[in-house]
Amino acid sequence: MSEVIVITSGKGGVGKTTTTANIGTYLSMKGFKTALVDTDIGLRNLDVVMGLENRIVYDLVDVVEGQCRLKQALIKDKRFDGLYLLPAAQTRDKTAVNPEQMRSITDELRQDFDYILIDCPAGIEQGFKNAIAGADKALVVTTPEVSAVRDADRIIGLLEASDVRDHMLIINRIKMDMVKRGDMMNIDDIMDILAIDLLGVIPDDENIVISTNKGEPIVVDEKSLAGQAYRNLTQRLIGEDVPVINLDTNYGLIDRLKSLFKISSSR
Amino acid sequence: MDLFKSFGGKSNSKNVAKERLQLLLVHDRADVSPKFLEMVKGEIMNVISNYVEIDEDGLNVEITKERKTDDTFVPALHANIPIKKMKKNLR
Ligand SMILES: Nc1ncnc2c1ncn2[C@@H]1O[C@H](COP(=O)(O)OP(=O)(O)O)[C@@H](O)[C@H]1O
Ligand SMILES: [Mg+2]
Repeated sequence: MSEVIVITSGKGGVGKTTTTANIGTYLSMKGFKTALVDTDIGLRNLDVVMGLENRIVYDLVDVVEGQCRLKQALIKDKRFDGLYLLPAAQTRDKTAVNPEQMRSITDELRQDFDYILIDCPAGIEQGFKNAIAGADKALVVTTPEVSAVRDADRIIGLLEASDVRDHMLIINRIKMDMVKRGDMMNIDDIMDILAIDLLGVIPDDENIVISTNKGEPIVVDEKSLAGQAYRNLTQRLIGEDVPVINLDTNYGLIDRLKSLFKISSSR
Repeated sequence: MDLFKSFGGKSNSKNVAKERLQLLLVHDRADVSPKFLEMVKGEIMNVISNYVEIDEDGLNVEITKERKTDDTFVPALHANIPIKKMKKNLR
């Protein structure tokens, strides 16, 4: 049984692409055949985050327009067994594909893959409709900010009105030091507000920037907290019975003293 | 005061964020268009005018939030209807 999962958010820049890359990579490390589909036509970057930008020959629009077969457009990631990327077109726009065509692509991918992850563009227009068209499940990404949570709420409403009834939340870029001093909404605050179940949380971690610079998903990094958090939420996604990672355990006394000092000295 | 705050390590901009969000979402979720409110306003005016003379310019209909006992918010339709005078023949 294969599953098509769309990673969406409404607001841009909250971590959809990063999340798609990391969940997909870890799924393949766990032995699942996984396809990543970039539906951000015109602004593709899943290829860059995955470090596969130099391997692109054909893209999603080429497949839709019959310029090539689906298999020809899939880029095999040589580092991870069973991981493939279907890149978006860079020089076209969202209207080059319609929901019907997206559904037939995901249906074809289902024959060969265990998991198909769809990286959704920002917004609620055509790109969003394309991305959710063939999906069984949605992961809604937000950050602990008013605008991002507001957009997530809107997206949840739209998903509810669509065929994608199964959805879960990912809260990205949590800064524990800010949460501690009451300057950032915590997990409970956000869960109070949104009518959705929590899949996982990801800390704000500069290692993500470093790994993205190199085109290597953070999830392969044994030590980083963000890597651990992505492994944790992927385990939960595939039904392993593990609790949501506690970002607090890695928040030591030193950090606490540092943040206290920062507050006192800034006043 | 500041010193006290520093020791406690607590500021509360997140509470401000949370409250603003709750209010925002009440409006977003109610999904009210100005056209809908105009319709409601028109019909309320028609009904009420049978009984009282109302100040049409002062009539105001909006969606607000109402705090429930469990501290969550629900949308409420709030109408402010200034009365000029009661109609005599109805009393
Ligand atoms: N948890 C995180 N910690 C630090 N940086 C992050 C984190 N998540 C995302 N980023 C950075 O934020 C930016 C936007 O992320 P991206 O995944 O491209 O968002 P989206 O696809 O939603 O537009 C990128 O530069 C990414 O490296
Ligand atoms: Mg993106």
